[in-house]
Amino acid sequence: MQQATIEVRGRTLRCLQAGGGPTVLYLHGFGGLAESLQQLSEGHRVLAPEHPGFGESAIPDWMMGVSDLAFFYLDLIEALDLDAIHLVGHAVGGWIAAELAIRSTARLRSLALLAPAGAVVPEVSIADVFLTSAADLVRQQVHDAHAPAAAAWIEAELAKPIEHVLQNRAALARIGWCPRLHNPQLPYWLHRIDVPTLIAWGREDRVVPFACHRPYLDNIAGAELMALPDAGHALHVERAEAVAQRLGAFHAGALR
Amino acid sequence: MKSFFFHLMPYGHLDLSYADKHNSAWATLPNAYFDAGLGSHYYERYIRELTLADELGFDGICVNEHHQTAYGLMPAPNLIAAALTRTTKRARIAVLGRALPLVHSPVAIAEELAMLDQMSGGRVIAGFVRGVGAEYYANAINPTHSHTRFYEAHDLILQAWTKPGPFPFRGRHFEFEYVNLWPKPLQQPHPPVWLPSQGSSETVEWGAAPERKYTYLQTFSPLELARKAFDYYREVAERSGYTAQPAQLGWAVPMYVAETDEAARREARPHMEAFFTKFLRMPLEMRLPPGYSSVGSIKRMIEQRYRIRSAATTLEALMDFGMVVCGSPATVRQRLADIQQQLGVGTLIAMLQIATLPADLTEKNLRLFAAEVMPFVRGLGTDAAAKAEAVV
Repeated sequence: MQQATIEVRGRTLRCLQAGGGPTVLYLHGFGGLAESLQQLSEGHRVLAPEHPGFGESAIPDWMMGVSDLAFFYLDLIEALDLDAIHLVGHAVGGWIAAELAIRSTARLRSLALLAPAGAVVPEVSIADVFLTSAADLVRQQVHDAHAPAAAAWIEAELAKPIEHVLQNRAALARIGWCPRLHNPQLPYWLHRIDVPTLIAWGREDRVVPFACHRPYLDNIAGAELMALPDAGHALHVERAEAVAQRLGAFHAGALR
Repeated sequence: MKSFFFHLMPYGHLDLSYADKHNSAWATLPNAYFDAGLGSHYYERYIRELTLADELGFDGICVNEHHQTAYGLMPAPNLIAAALTRTTKRARIAVLGRALPLVHSPVAIAEELAMLDQMSGGRVIAGFVRGVGAEYYANAINPTHSHTRFYEAHDLILQAWTKPGPFPFRGRHFEFEYVNLWPKPLQQPHPPVWLPSQGSSETVEWGAAPERKYTYLQTFSPLELARKAFDYYREVAERSGYTAQPAQLGWAVPMYVAETDEAARREARPHMEAFFTKFLRMPLEMRLPPGYSSVGSIKRMIEQRYRIRSAATTLEALMDFGMVVCGSPATVRQRLADIQQQLGVGTLIAMLQIATLPADLTEKNLRLFAAEVMPFVRGLGTDAAAKAEAVV
């Protein structure tokens, strides 16, 4: 994938992009930019911006909660004049994607939520990612740390500069400290999502537990669930091929 | 130099083997470790110790705020301060401090401190802090708003004390249609404001600004870092066109005085070591939650302070780093004279009850300090201290 920058209302974002064809807008998870996306790009133009406040950017004054990021990405979509978008989000990126979609699906063709944060069920909590050391959090995201893909991903994540890691955690805390990485109001508005929706989750997720799929599945009409056995939170790493295949088929079949 | 007695009101019965199973005495340490039957005993004893300090002639007594921890049983320090307004007569009562970002109504802090000021006949000192990292876990307050909530709450409290009400206050975090304090504080224009801190340069700059000139307290840190912070305070003052006085600077330190050096070390050792290795224990992520300070200063803190703190686990190391003072009256007098010379501070905040230190040794420590050390301390840095009275 190629590094690029994009401008949205005076703000410059780092961005990864690749491929051509229908647009996939990918919103990254807790670890920030540079996650494994290659396999998503086949037959698509993939655009993966870095969330405001992450990496080398400062947290903007206006960014007080996840709703501000949802509106920001609606601005981004307009600024780049994207249309018929396949929106894909992982973890916190999945939460932002859902918050975006309840506000407007006008430019969306489909929505894919990969182990999204944002909604909880009474019997389980999302792991306290803030009280977990950065290194432990990376390891906690995979089910089998010895599998080659997972091991390579862990190594790459652990090599990120400490400044970026601290900044990513601060930006995540800004939107997800309290309530912890979820919005109690979100389930009440998920019914507004009227595009084909795929929910993919590792059954062994130790960060955002599998049971948290229920508010999404129960409230989004026609949503499909892809439950992956023997996969953790980093399902897009551990089950990269299966996830990419399913996404490809899902995107091909998603018509309004 | 003035002498203040600082009490954390720790849970002295803490089973120190907790550390085999838990990585923190804060926020996540199960409260199964707290014996509900002992609480009354501790409050009774600790209030008696603070009251004794007043009787022994200390210039002030200090309480402070910590939540959900064995480190201190004072989540609401104003409750203890209120009790002290009834049991003490002369000493200043310093609340060191209220953690401003943690509250939803800074007006309530302004009101309570005004009440305490009236109830104590104008003896209150208002300490303002951001709260240590663990408080953000215990209080569900977003640490990325720590600085902005602190400054905004401060502005609101100062306005509530000094500006005729009613008036509206509109901030980013706090909005009040009506701010109109009943009662106003007795001390005019407002009670002295002190800033306990661990040496954040931002806090030093803000406190030393000529429109504030708040008393800056360096708490529980190596002498070297304390000296840097005080030097920086004086530098900021000079840059702003005035000379900082000793009364604007205070140094807080755990201290133990006994008949001989040997007795002091023997009696203090387990309690001093437990204080730094068990009661202050918490993982890095809890000490420095995300966004609590800038990325640069979190990185610096990880490198400097954490290294020192992990190295300083024995009484001797703690004494060498200047993180505690311990010895016979003569040794302690000498050490304090030396430290006062180095730091140029006007207030000594002596923590004379330390972690698990039992009642009899605490009382002995208080009495020895008051009889053998305090009169000598009073004479330290007096020339400048006298001048400073006019300033603060």
